[in-house]
Amino acid sequence: MSRLLSSEETYETVTQQVTDITLHPPARRRWWMLMALSLLMLGIFFLSTGWLFIAGVGIWGLNVPVNWGLDIVNTVWWVGIGHAGTMISALLLVMGQQWRNSLNRFAEAMTLFAAICAALFPILHLGKPELFYWMFPYPNTMDLWPQFRSPLVWDVFSFTAYITVSFLFWYVGMIPDLATMRDKTTKPLARAIYGRLALGWRGTAQHWERWRQAYVAIALITFHLVVTVHSGVAMLFAGGPVPGWHTTIFPPFFVQGAVFSGVAVVILLAVVLRHAFHLGNLLTLKHLDILAKLLLATGLLTAYGYLADAFHAWYSGDIHEMQTLHDRLFGRYAWSAWGSLFLNIVLIQLLWFRRIRRSVPMLFVIALGAAVGMWLERYLLIVTGLYRDFLPSSWHGYETTIWEWGLFIGSIGLFAVLFLLFARFLPLVSMFELKEELAAERRMKGDEE
Amino acid sequence: MNRPWGLLAEFDDSDRLIEAVRRTREAGYTEFEAHTPFPVEGLADALDFQENKIDPLHLAGGIVVGGAALLLQWWINVVDYPLNIGGRPLAAWPAFVLPTFEIATVGATVVGVAAMLYLNGLPGRKTHPLLKMERFHLASDSRFFLSIQASDPVYEPRRTRAFLEGLGPVALDEVPR
Repeated sequence: MSRLLSSEETYETVTQQVTDITLHPPARRRWWMLMALSLLMLGIFFLSTGWLFIAGVGIWGLNVPVNWGLDIVNTVWWVGIGHAGTMISALLLVMGQQWRNSLNRFAEAMTLFAAICAALFPILHLGKPELFYWMFPYPNTMDLWPQFRSPLVWDVFSFTAYITVSFLFWYVGMIPDLATMRDKTTKPLARAIYGRLALGWRGTAQHWERWRQAYVAIALITFHLVVTVHSGVAMLFAGGPVPGWHTTIFPPFFVQGAVFSGVAVVILLAVVLRHAFHLGNLLTLKHLDILAKLLLATGLLTAYGYLADAFHAWYSGDIHEMQTLHDRLFGRYAWSAWGSLFLNIVLIQLLWFRRIRRSVPMLFVIALGAAVGMWLERYLLIVTGLYRDFLPSSWHGYETTIWEWGLFIGSIGLFAVLFLLFARFLPLVSMFELKEELAAERRMKGDEE
Repeated sequence: MNRPWGLLAEFDDSDRLIEAVRRTREAGYTEFEAHTPFPVEGLADALDFQENKIDPLHLAGGIVVGGAALLLQWWINVVDYPLNIGGRPLAAWPAFVLPTFEIATVGATVVGVAAMLYLNGLPGRKTHPLLKMERFHLASDSRFFLSIQASDPVYEPRRTRAFLEGLGPVALDEVPR
């Protein structure tokens, strides 16, 4: 395999560069400006949630027959984004893909924060969100238990498992780097905090050996989450007898789209971090090139999903299925269909060209398009599946309200605040894994000579 | 008693550390540790450290927690809170699979991480003698360390120091208690 890192990198330069981001933050002003904007959006989140708690879900545009709207669009979109992080950190670790080492830390952070944003929406759309804990099986005086035969309950467990496991994987993978932060900082308070978080890590051979066993085992245990969490979400749709939802293609179709949108967001974050913290030597153009190929590949899989979905509608011979397909392409919400087809299928074809894969602005625009396109696709799947159901007398459109948009923008604010805090206070790139990669490259070079 | 905690030798190359560890073990020392900034291939072999407790514990955690989850679902749906929905079977095993699987994942992960931390003695002492050493911060940066504890039966202050010097370290210090 060709080298990803320049031969000028040493163990010292990697430590210095990554710890400096936290200990001697560059671009302090820009960070505060972004933080102010994110906090404003977070304020919108609290405003929209507060009013929701007071007035109830009636403030949203939901009604029969469209009783799932932006709330579910957002939860599906957010949880899908998380999947690329799990894939990069767990699946690619198990497959020994070295290039993940520059990306895995912030991709895992992205997964965790996206999963938190995703988990909020199903809770908020409950009607009585303050009673969400009723969904967990705990002994209570009402003598009530959850109904485990419903995919709605499956989601509770998928999301809980996803957040718990993603957090543990992220944290366990960060312990050695937290020890580096503890050793590098000169401020007593920072030293105390990083010291606590590093749990007294001394990097002994036994530490590393046991840590390696646990880390690889967690990767092996969790990479099924790339598939199962979003399949579980897809079952919520596929399990119901709704035309446009009731198909076996949904679980794989959802997973492909999830990884596709997640890779897009990883690219967006990589480009921003690379620019803001001058990480071009660690997050090289080669890394972006590989990510762009991954985006193209998962995008093509998503395109296959569109085809298969349409084919199944036609092949079923079911008049309602055909009507839904027609509504999707030419009905009231056709903009979401054509928008997602253009952004998710047509635009990414540019990535066949090496020059575009290696052009940072172009890549940023295409990835942003894919993230927006996948949001449109989730909107398409949910709303057009519902607004003209079996009974023409109950057909009714769906108009979003300002509170739904407020919540969506607010959730982006929540993600941004969490991510900015992470970028400011925690090691953004996995230092010890990069050093391991450097050591391997040196050994390879030594063998060649 | 004013006995030191041990001796700390610093190396600038991982291959030299592996060689040093091998020779330390051959010299009969048992209470010594190697510290590296990243997992070094071959170091565990040089230490003859062959422990494989974590993987089975992951598995056990997954089976026990997942089994408990499956049993709980069955008991809730069939025994304690049966709901007749269109006459469908109460013991709906296919439907129980997904929660079981997800909770087993959590169980396996949590138990494995806890086992890793426990076996490693983490969270450790807040002020380990080594963490107070002036140059030891390089152990998480770019240097490779070997520490021999004074409690080792083979340890003899002068002889051990001479032995470590013979291994070609770039620095050698006594670690106060």
